[in-house]
Amino acid sequence: MSEILELTAAGALEKIGAGELSGDEVFDAWAQAASGDDLGAYLWRAEPGDRPAPGLAGGDGGDGPRELGGLPIAVKDIFCTEGIETTAGSRILEGYRPPYTSTAVRRLAEAGARVLGKTNMDEFAMGSSNENSGYGEVRNPWDRERVPGGSSGGSAAAVAGGLAPWAIGTDTGGSIRQPAALCGIVGMKPTYGAVSRYGMIAFASSLDQCGPLTRDVTDAALLLRVLEGRDPCDSTSTGIEGGVELPTREDLSGLRFGVPRELAEEGIEPGVRAVFERTVALVEELGGEVTETALPHAPHGISAYYVIAPAEASANLARYDGVRFGPRAEAGDLTAMYERTRAAGFGPEVKRRIMLGTYALSSGYYDAYYGQAQRVRTKIADDFRAAFESFDFVITPTSPTVAFELGERTDDPLAMYLSDYCTVPMPLAGIPAISIPAGLAAPEGGAEGGVELPVGFQIAGPAYSETRILDAAHALERAIGFDARPAR
Amino acid sequence: MIDRDQVLHVARLARLELSEDEVERMSGELSGILDHVDKIAELDLSDTEPTDHVVALENVLRPDEPRPSLPRERALESAPDPDDGAFRVPSPQA
Amino acid sequence: MAEAASARWEPVIGLEIHVQLRTRTKMFCGCALSFGDEPNVHTCPVCLGHPGTLPTANEQAIHYALQIAAALGCEVAPRSIFHRKNYFYPDLPKGYQISQYDIPLASGGRLGDVRVHRVHLEEDAAKLTHVGESGRIHGSGASLVDFNRGGTPLVEIVTEPDLRDAAAAREWAQLLRTTLRRLGVSDVNMEEGSLRVDANVSVRPAGEEELGTKAELKNMNSFRFLERGINAEIARQVELLEGGGKVEQETLHFDPRSGALTPLRSKEYAHDYRYFPEPDLVPLAPTAEMISAATESLPELPEARRERYRDELGLPEAAAIQLANDAAAGDYFERVLAHAEGVEAKVAANWLTNELTAAVREAEDGSEPEPEVFARLVVMVATGKVSHAVGKQILGTIVAEGGDPEELAAGFESDTDIGEIVDRAIAAEPEAAEKVRAGEMRAIGPLVGAVMKETRGAADGGEVTRLIREKLGA
Ligand SMILES: [Mg+2]
Ligand SMILES: [Zn+2]
Repeated sequence: MSEILELTAAGALEKIGAGELSGDEVFDAWAQAASGDDLGAYLWRAEPGDRPAPGLAGGDGGDGPRELGGLPIAVKDIFCTEGIETTAGSRILEGYRPPYTSTAVRRLAEAGARVLGKTNMDEFAMGSSNENSGYGEVRNPWDRERVPGGSSGGSAAAVAGGLAPWAIGTDTGGSIRQPAALCGIVGMKPTYGAVSRYGMIAFASSLDQCGPLTRDVTDAALLLRVLEGRDPCDSTSTGIEGGVELPTREDLSGLRFGVPRELAEEGIEPGVRAVFERTVALVEELGGEVTETALPHAPHGISAYYVIAPAEASANLARYDGVRFGPRAEAGDLTAMYERTRAAGFGPEVKRRIMLGTYALSSGYYDAYYGQAQRVRTKIADDFRAAFESFDFVITPTSPTVAFELGERTDDPLAMYLSDYCTVPMPLAGIPAISIPAGLAAPEGGAEGGVELPVGFQIAGPAYSETRILDAAHALERAIGFDARPAR
Repeated sequence: MIDRDQVLHVARLARLELSEDEVERMSGELSGILDHVDKIAELDLSDTEPTDHVVALENVLRPDEPRPSLPRERALESAPDPDDGAFRVPSPQA
Repeated sequence: MAEAASARWEPVIGLEIHVQLRTRTKMFCGCALSFGDEPNVHTCPVCLGHPGTLPTANEQAIHYALQIAAALGCEVAPRSIFHRKNYFYPDLPKGYQISQYDIPLASGGRLGDVRVHRVHLEEDAAKLTHVGESGRIHGSGASLVDFNRGGTPLVEIVTEPDLRDAAAAREWAQLLRTTLRRLGVSDVNMEEGSLRVDANVSVRPAGEEELGTKAELKNMNSFRFLERGINAEIARQVELLEGGGKVEQETLHFDPRSGALTPLRSKEYAHDYRYFPEPDLVPLAPTAEMISAATESLPELPEARRERYRDELGLPEAAAIQLANDAAAGDYFERVLAHAEGVEAKVAANWLTNELTAAVREAEDGSEPEPEVFARLVVMVATGKVSHAVGKQILGTIVAEGGDPEELAAGFESDTDIGEIVDRAIAAEPEAAEKVRAGEMRAIGPLVGAVMKETRGAADGGEVTRLIREKLGA
């Protein structure tokens, strides 16, 4: 059984295809492993022997082996799963069983995957540490006193901690890539529109994208291939033209990489910088051409993001009003019912962002905040477009720091927001980016000989360049040979 | 700088009841965040169009064909106060 | 006194109309539209605002909206977007209404004498019914929400403040309803709420340019109430201003039972809808094909039809309005004209609006004949084959029992050539004929009498007189 847990998803599929393993065996082995969750990674888990995944269309046999052959998958609790409690990490959705299933999960189920569990997350995906969950924090398997990153912290910790073979999450300002980096796994945010958002509980609608969190780049490609596609239920979805191919590339010759000085120098802690520089050297060794470039407006990404995302969220979260679903705080008059229901159901970070977003949209402030932020967004997209005229990819560290300690940034919202410094510009421009583990580094100011933590390396490309990004990441992954694992 | 009155006004717009403590804290935290955000106010972007959509799509329309609705029990399944096939709420006129 | 006061003030009225479109499904989900069904049987995760759901725009609703824009002569925006209008209310499941804001679908049109400011698309709210004391919480009332109506496609039409009195507002609203009905895009039923007309009313000193403060009148669910509500509001404002008071900008609710206007408690303690572009929907950029599909399918609209009937066909104004405003009657008239060759349009219109209407009214459960049949009868009368009076009798029979006009006319054989009978009468009474020819009209009696005798009284006296005079050149 432990042998099963060593396999990547692609590896397990190969053995299932060869008749050496069955999908049920693989599912049960992982369900067993998940039952030992001591990281707070899961909010709901399937039991060994559960089959098919309850309530999910397409979860059962079908004819012959399917693409994902009965493999289990961990699903961020932001995806609606019919009949399975879905909370988005919020008390305001406690006990909520959606009457329908999200397109992403439905596509996985139709390809033969089975839901292993629903993973913990920052409430409504608002956070970079997973300390904002209404159901307890998630711990980083590399150091349990540290955060796994967020908001897809449960998905990242489950994959890194050997509690799931792979997972899906969502990325709005870095919520897949940053936890993937902090947990030492692969995480990819596809082009906006590549994967349907239908059934994915909205945080910031113009930024949210679903993507894979996996042990390696091949698994990420395998998942994305199933997830992407135009969905009539999501008017903004496009799929990826030409689909996604499994990566095969082993070198980087002929590829041009731009390093934007705005995202790779200032504010990056020394350990992270060292790993990044080492990786850049590897890129060159593999034949890639690396040059410094500029994304002049990228440093304003955080400001624009923390106007746009809260503004959209303030509207997206208005539906949690105690009328049609979710708990209600009783009160004689309607306004009091609304105000108390929402006060009791939302956590502090969610309240902060609702306030921020409401303020930014309110009369007299709209243009200075929302309007200006959307202009900055145009500028950031223009910067990337210009860069991609000279480069195939833009590379940066994924996170300015390695995993930080629990509680370290909870009292300083701005410091927490700056965790997304390197990941925010891409969703603002709607472009895809991957984070792969590039090595280990000691945290800044950490004790000599203390624990070393994973560092992520980010590769971003133009819209719909997923196959090329995955190919480059695959070549680099081989060269890096990251094989460290957290102690169990 | 966001003062107490503004916090209360915004909280009312957002239908959030805040404790005295929260009002105090919110005023400080929002001011701090907005100080940072205000840096973009200094950029001269008068010639730049604001982004309204990152995908270049237009006219994504659905054919006018009915799809099954939820059975009423399902529609009301999660309601905190279902009543006689409807969702009961405190009256807005109360 | 009141007369004098009202002469000193000029009312200024603009209308805001919400039209429920007659699509099969809702604006942003596939739930079927309905009216009068059990509550909450036409809902889905999307129109209940469940977490994770997304709107998808109804193609037919856009087509209808483009037809309305074309009918009102509006210019369609090359690219318009949807916005979110944010406020909390139990009939609004998402906490925002998807509507249009700074760039509406179309703007700058005209219908009749009134300019149309804008035409935009949005979604309707659910139905909220107040049910009184809940019993559970002391002193509180409760309401029940039914989401069947929630999400119905709405077109909002806003006029410029071009109307100057309540009767004109009513008349214009009726013209709009007829136009929309003719388009077939809505049931336009005010009682059922598929047509909702709000009025912005202000008054200003006569001769003044600047607009006064306006009040918004809602809930006038019939044309009569619309007129009454506006009149009441004008009177209220004039009285207020005459007494040295000031008009507050507010929303007033019309109570059809008492006819009173009461201020609505505002939905938000401060109105701040925080509009921003709806990120879940992509822009609407009507293509040339979409626009031509809307314009090419336009029927002849009441205003154009009225003008054509009056100016080209020479119908009296009243008949032109009647036939133009009643799409079914107008279409019937068109078919009659097509089959009544050689008959003057105004004669056919007169037969339709007077004789046929009367015959249908008189018959217990009569029905109007096929237009072709009716046309044949009109031709028979017009060519003098039968007299007007006989024609009316034949029509009565056809409406009550059906039948063929020629066959029925056989029963009045002796009248079939009333012209010959008149000729015979003139020949039989040469003296009288000579006097009439000389202009002595009193002498016509014996001639008419002779015709009546021969037709055993079935001839129409007026018609006979007319024919005699015609033949004698008098
Ligand atoms: Mg409206
Ligand atoms: Zn629906």
